[in-house]
Amino acid sequence: MYSNAYTYKFITILTGIAALLLSMAATGLRDRQEFNKKIEREKNVLISVGIYEQGLSSADVEKRYRENIHSEYVTEEGALTSDPQPLQIFVYGPEDSPKGYVIPVSGKGLWSTIHGFLALQPDLNTVAGITFYEHGETPGLGGEIEKDWFTSQFKGKKIYDQSGRLVSIHIAKGKALQPDDHTVDGISGATLTGNGVNKFLKSNLSDYENFFKSNR
Amino acid sequence: MSGKNMQVFTDPLNKDNPITKQILGICSALAVTVKMDTAVVMALSLTFVVTFSNIIISMIRNLIPPRVRIIVFLTIIASLVILADQILKAYLFNISKQLSVFVGLIITNCIVMGRAEAFASKNGVKASALDGLGNGFGYGIILIIVSAIRELLGSGTMMGLHIIPSSFYSSGYENMGLMLLAPGAFIVLGLLIWAQRTVIGYTED
Repeated sequence: MYSNAYTYKFITILTGIAALLLSMAATGLRDRQEFNKKIEREKNVLISVGIYEQGLSSADVEKRYRENIHSEYVTEEGALTSDPQPLQIFVYGPEDSPKGYVIPVSGKGLWSTIHGFLALQPDLNTVAGITFYEHGETPGLGGEIEKDWFTSQFKGKKIYDQSGRLVSIHIAKGKALQPDDHTVDGISGATLTGNGVNKFLKSNLSDYENFFKSNR
Repeated sequence: MSGKNMQVFTDPLNKDNPITKQILGICSALAVTVKMDTAVVMALSLTFVVTFSNIIISMIRNLIPPRVRIIVFLTIIASLVILADQILKAYLFNISKQLSVFVGLIITNCIVMGRAEAFASKNGVKASALDGLGNGFGYGIILIIVSAIRELLGSGTMMGLHIIPSSFYSSGYENMGLMLLAPGAFIVLGLLIWAQRTVIGYTED
């Protein structure tokens, strides 16, 4: 009763309609989604330096971000510039006496690319805070990286060791056996997410080494 | 509304509930019930998807070639799910972040596919719409009950509002952390299924 030709025709028309509707919805909603994403990024910069409070509206987030943060770039030689460069950095506080710096960090976790912000104190060694705001890790396992209990451990850790070598922050497998200035507890069942974060934190931080050196 | 149509709508609310009776859609019922707001949004999203997929499939039920019907259902369901996800991302961004992958996973929710195959492909549009609404609400009721219990015991709040007075905490009351984790959901849902089956007198043979 249903020939092959009919089946092909039916499927073609159906997928055509579905594709058309979805692309219309995606284009129509894009502006709002982009706006949400922008606020989310700004909110996370604020969280990383510790000046976000629960329940701020989008307008408040935008205002507070504009008042406290300005975006700059780091040149290869390690100087700050406002010309767009591959390495972005957010300066917290007044330009002449910054209260901190925020660098965007991102890289592969287990399933997905993780995006976050790492805030450093003006000494460019002590971590002021870290957030992970976009990822597709397993909820309840790797997804825990965005939770407070995990990110709050980074506060106060140092990215340089005594001899001045960049060691980054290391997420242990499970509990950190020898707590020190560079190690935080890992998440049980999410060792691979932790390994991914370790790798990209180190490589992201070393991209900024020239800047760290010339500003410490 | 005729008696038969009424039954199509009311059966899944209790007697033939998709979660407690048919044990479908458990994965998302466990995952999104830590807090009530996510559970409500998830319930509404699923109701939207199952109702419209039922309506659309019922409308074209005589045109669908039976050999490819499952993939046709899947195309329709997936399109609706993506649409719901996009709308949440645009208008309820924070909740959509908390729901993460679970809105997308409505595509594989057995309730939606089950209603398409078992009901919408064989019945008229009006009955299918009611069946979709009934199953969506039936799923929603359970989600809301489970999340209310978990949020109250686990965080001491309901819809984010503090219910447990702070004097309780100062005299030694503690939130039950277990309720925030998956085992808490299993326990609450298990007890709920037992209670509901006892009330309606249903036993597995």
